[in-house]
Amino acid sequence: MTSSRGLSHVREVPRRTPLTWVRSGGLTTVLFLLPLLFAFGAFSWYPIVRTVIMSVQHTNLVQPATWVGFQNFRNVWHDPLFPIAVKNTAYFAGLALVFGYPVPLVAAVLMSEVRKRRGIYSALAYLPVVIPPVVAVLLWKTFYDASSTGAFNTILGWVHLGPYPWLQSQQWAMPSLVLESTWANAGGTVIIYLAALTGVQTELYEAAAVDGANLWQKIWHVTLPQLRGVLLVTMILQIIGTAQVFLEPYLFTSGGPANATLTVLLLIYNYAFGNSLGGDYGNATALSLMLAVFLALFSLLYLRATRSWSTR
Amino acid sequence: MNDGDFGRGLISDAEWRTPSVRWGVGTLQVLLLVGLVIGGLGPILWLAKSAITPTIDTITHPMSLFPHGSAWSNLREAWSSVHVGRYFWNTIVIAFGSWASQIVVATTGGFALSVLRPKYAKLINGLLLTTLFVPAVVLLVPLYIEIVHPPLVHHSFIDSYWAVWLPAGASAFNVVLVKRFFDILPHEIFEAARIDGAGPFRLFWSIVLPMSKPIVGVVSIFAVLASWKDFLWPLLVLTNPDIQPLSVRLPAIQSQTSLGVFLAAMFIACLVPIAGFLIFQRSFLRGSGLGGAIKG
Repeated sequence: MTSSRGLSHVREVPRRTPLTWVRSGGLTTVLFLLPLLFAFGAFSWYPIVRTVIMSVQHTNLVQPATWVGFQNFRNVWHDPLFPIAVKNTAYFAGLALVFGYPVPLVAAVLMSEVRKRRGIYSALAYLPVVIPPVVAVLLWKTFYDASSTGAFNTILGWVHLGPYPWLQSQQWAMPSLVLESTWANAGGTVIIYLAALTGVQTELYEAAAVDGANLWQKIWHVTLPQLRGVLLVTMILQIIGTAQVFLEPYLFTSGGPANATLTVLLLIYNYAFGNSLGGDYGNATALSLMLAVFLALFSLLYLRATRSWSTR
Repeated sequence: MNDGDFGRGLISDAEWRTPSVRWGVGTLQVLLLVGLVIGGLGPILWLAKSAITPTIDTITHPMSLFPHGSAWSNLREAWSSVHVGRYFWNTIVIAFGSWASQIVVATTGGFALSVLRPKYAKLINGLLLTTLFVPAVVLLVPLYIEIVHPPLVHHSFIDSYWAVWLPAGASAFNVVLVKRFFDILPHEIFEAARIDGAGPFRLFWSIVLPMSKPIVGVVSIFAVLASWKDFLWPLLVLTNPDIQPLSVRLPAIQSQTSLGVFLAAMFIACLVPIAGFLIFQRSFLRGSGLGGAIKG
């Protein structure tokens, strides 16, 4: 490209016309970009813009869409299910953080110091991640069988605990969902931490050892500070991911019992597709936009709040 | 990563020789291994066992090992009478199409943005990166409506595999991954090929693609796995049970058949991802690390 342009400089004063553009490879470049532009234009950029438009419209796919201003947002805001869904989603994300955030870190630090057959550890940790999520959820649903002969209740029965109602109790349904979700996702985080741990500068460990630091002091003053950036990113990614939890509440409990596991995404699904008479697409897009804006603001605040800490 | 590196890590060789560290850390590592075997492998082994156990035994004694013999018929029944065989095939067809569209978009797009580098590449890059920050849920409803009532084409794509294949191509993550790989290829080779008279198509097909096998492999593995895992989107756009993939059919199968046959169907659904993982373990684990690096 540069060479042909260089030649044209010699022959004549370069003027940008469609013909020179084609000759210098502009058209071929566009041809190569065509699949990307089509895929993203049609299935990413256009739908994003469309969401914003639909959130201020009333659409039922039969009549032409009508402009309703912020009515959809008001509908969602005053829906009695809205605060329940928000509360449940926050509860899920919070529990997932408590259950799922420290475990991969501890596991990864221990695994990085395994001296023989480390591959077995990472393979075992990653195995649940490759199981199709639908299979994982339905399998755990079988485990969570509330009768005394359910798999989990049988195991707990050996030590004279239970039987527990698991998914059938308002109190235990959400923790049960979080437990499965942690099992299904922790392996991916372990692998990310393992990769990050190989990047810790070994000189720092040696320097710490020279200064007389013991193992705990090395973990606390070298390993964790060196992982700071990755730890902060995995935390925000986990929060963004768990705020969009759908599969677990949908397949485990359909949001029940008594809306105890109704999450924001499930509510969006119910608005749009839950009613066989026709979806309320306006409310659904309004709520998904509210969630997206909230997550964006939350991430911004999070990045700002942790900036000084992550780059220190 | 090899054994020679040890002693320079968190635990030095001198520390490793002290009994308290050796036994303390060693015990924790053994406990972790036991936990991983029970937690990571246990549920899958239980599924494998229950897939060939009579339903009544699984219900009454879920943790016993074949109290009244095995029932291989579960697998046969799942494959034929519950039509898992057909859904299995549907899953493969969907995964193949999604793979093809992701590879085409990622390689041609990455090539144009990294090697051909038009002036507007920055703009497209920016737009691509923006989509990484937009949560997937924002796309759900408008994308569904676009499939039901596509603009320009007046023909619904509901119950067509194109409705799953084409949107799969819009993965910014893939394009970024491939573009970064192309960025670090030696660009002198491209210049040499140009001087030898190779046009962009020749450059792409005979030079860049053969050099990018590792990244195409990683993207392929993740494309197939993601398609195998996908649930909500195929559930929405493929309404005809005959063409639905396994993941969408499994919840329905549960209510249609006995527990033993259902568990056998779930076991069959796991086989391909697990086999793929065991074969391509290295790429899987490296790819996940890469994901973290890019997200970071």
